[in-house]
Amino acid sequence: MDPLIIKAIIVLIVFAITLLIATYSTYAERKVAAIMQDRVGPDRAGPMGLLQPLADAVKMFMKEEIIPSVSNKWLFILGPCIAMLTATMTGVVIPWGGPITIGETTFDLQITDLNIGILYLFGVVSLGVYGIMIGGWASNNKFSLLGAIRASSQMISYEIAMGFAIIALVMTTGTLSLKEIVLQQDAGFANVVYQPVGFVIFIICAFAETNRAPFDLPECETELIGGYHTEYSSMKLGFYLFAEYINMFISSAVIASFYFGGYNFPFQHELANALGMSANALSILQVVMFFGKIIFFIFLFMWVRWTIPRFRYDQLMNLGWKVLLPLSLANIFVTGIVMWAMGKL
Amino acid sequence: MLTNRSKQVVKREMTWLERAYFPAILSGMAITFKHIFMRKATVKYPEQTREFAPVYRGQHVLKRDEAGAERCTACGLCAVSCPAEAITMTAAERQKGEESLYREEKYASKYEINMLRCIFCGLCEEACPKEAIFLTDRIVPSTFERDSFIYGKDKLVEPKDQPVDVSKRQTPAVLAFKNDKKHKHNRTFLDKVLPKAKHH
Repeated sequence: MDPLIIKAIIVLIVFAITLLIATYSTYAERKVAAIMQDRVGPDRAGPMGLLQPLADAVKMFMKEEIIPSVSNKWLFILGPCIAMLTATMTGVVIPWGGPITIGETTFDLQITDLNIGILYLFGVVSLGVYGIMIGGWASNNKFSLLGAIRASSQMISYEIAMGFAIIALVMTTGTLSLKEIVLQQDAGFANVVYQPVGFVIFIICAFAETNRAPFDLPECETELIGGYHTEYSSMKLGFYLFAEYINMFISSAVIASFYFGGYNFPFQHELANALGMSANALSILQVVMFFGKIIFFIFLFMWVRWTIPRFRYDQLMNLGWKVLLPLSLANIFVTGIVMWAMGKL
Repeated sequence: MLTNRSKQVVKREMTWLERAYFPAILSGMAITFKHIFMRKATVKYPEQTREFAPVYRGQHVLKRDEAGAERCTACGLCAVSCPAEAITMTAAERQKGEESLYREEKYASKYEINMLRCIFCGLCEEACPKEAIFLTDRIVPSTFERDSFIYGKDKLVEPKDQPVDVSKRQTPAVLAFKNDKKHKHNRTFLDKVLPKAKHH
């Protein structure tokens, strides 16, 4: 087969799966919230309420679309577009599974293996804040503006600590390619063993980057109505909410690939040998395991959201600048010393 | 100190571990995780219903007697007793040939209860001298139109073929209490007049 066609198919599949998982995350969020509060959750639309996301989507599309007359119309429309675009772009560099061979061609279950994959990921995630910022600014509403300001300052603050956490990871792995990082974890241990502090910092920053509780200040209902999406209605609002769930999915995938071995799982080659599995079957099993890890982290995101109350804004800034930033710097420093002592530098 | 539950509060600096948040966060997450396996409080209403009290006061019914004739005589005592003024009725005289339809010479040609006004106190049932109106364990369903909450005889009178069971509210003890002339409120004008009339 033509490699271009294969790539196109993989792109489509990844896009579809991203949207599907994000759709059902909205359902899962409500279910998780419900069972943690001793309720049942949505169970009316379809069996066990499984058609609820569909009903929500129909509702979103049918709602009246309101563009405030005082808003900047083009920027108002551009905001959710950027949020959605950047959210879907991040899935490009994530390796979903091992190589698959069909006929004579072998291809990786990854859209593209950029040798600067981490940098790309980081860049696109940083762009995501523009969607929120532009949307909040264009709404011409003080609540939206406050939400947008909070979002941008929060993202900038936490991106620094996140970047430093990744630098320590890059020091130990010596590569910026996600495929390489995942393959290294197949040979050795998962990176969380080498970088426990880095993992904790990264996951905290991931919560902040995706605007999830306890860092959901940009859209906290009690203070800012809806934050940056106060003025949004219909599917434009849907895009913002959807982008959040896509970001959550991609963040979970990134956490799993960086620190928990990506699509690898312990004793996979022994298992494959014992059961006499082909390389293709192993790859498919790896994809399943990877999605298991992703779903666990999505659950973790929701679990934390329905457990911990929101930070106050000064607490948020204190945590970002006074705790996480020094901690991540110390982590780099200690990582460097240990590597030097072990003669790996 | 009235309840003996007051506690002395100590304001002290948090320890390092407490300031690090993580133990508190983890214990909080353990609590929420435990709740996953707890019994859900939800009653899935249309399929399941909560158990009703035996004397639950829900939608009214206008009873028929054993022969299937309406018991209501449109005396209006229920409407008088109603604190919410939810009941209105129009009386009519029974014509020849209608004996099987109405128990006594007078009947309610129109009988309406406004379910939005009704507070389901059960005073109508208490006031009724003919054992005609009862509250049942049926719930008044919600609708979108205000007009549809005014229940006429079509909804209130029990269907001939499916009598509504009110035995839980009309126990023999209740019936005896209602007819006990020792209680002042059970004495009618006749009860007051007749003994005196006998006397003279």
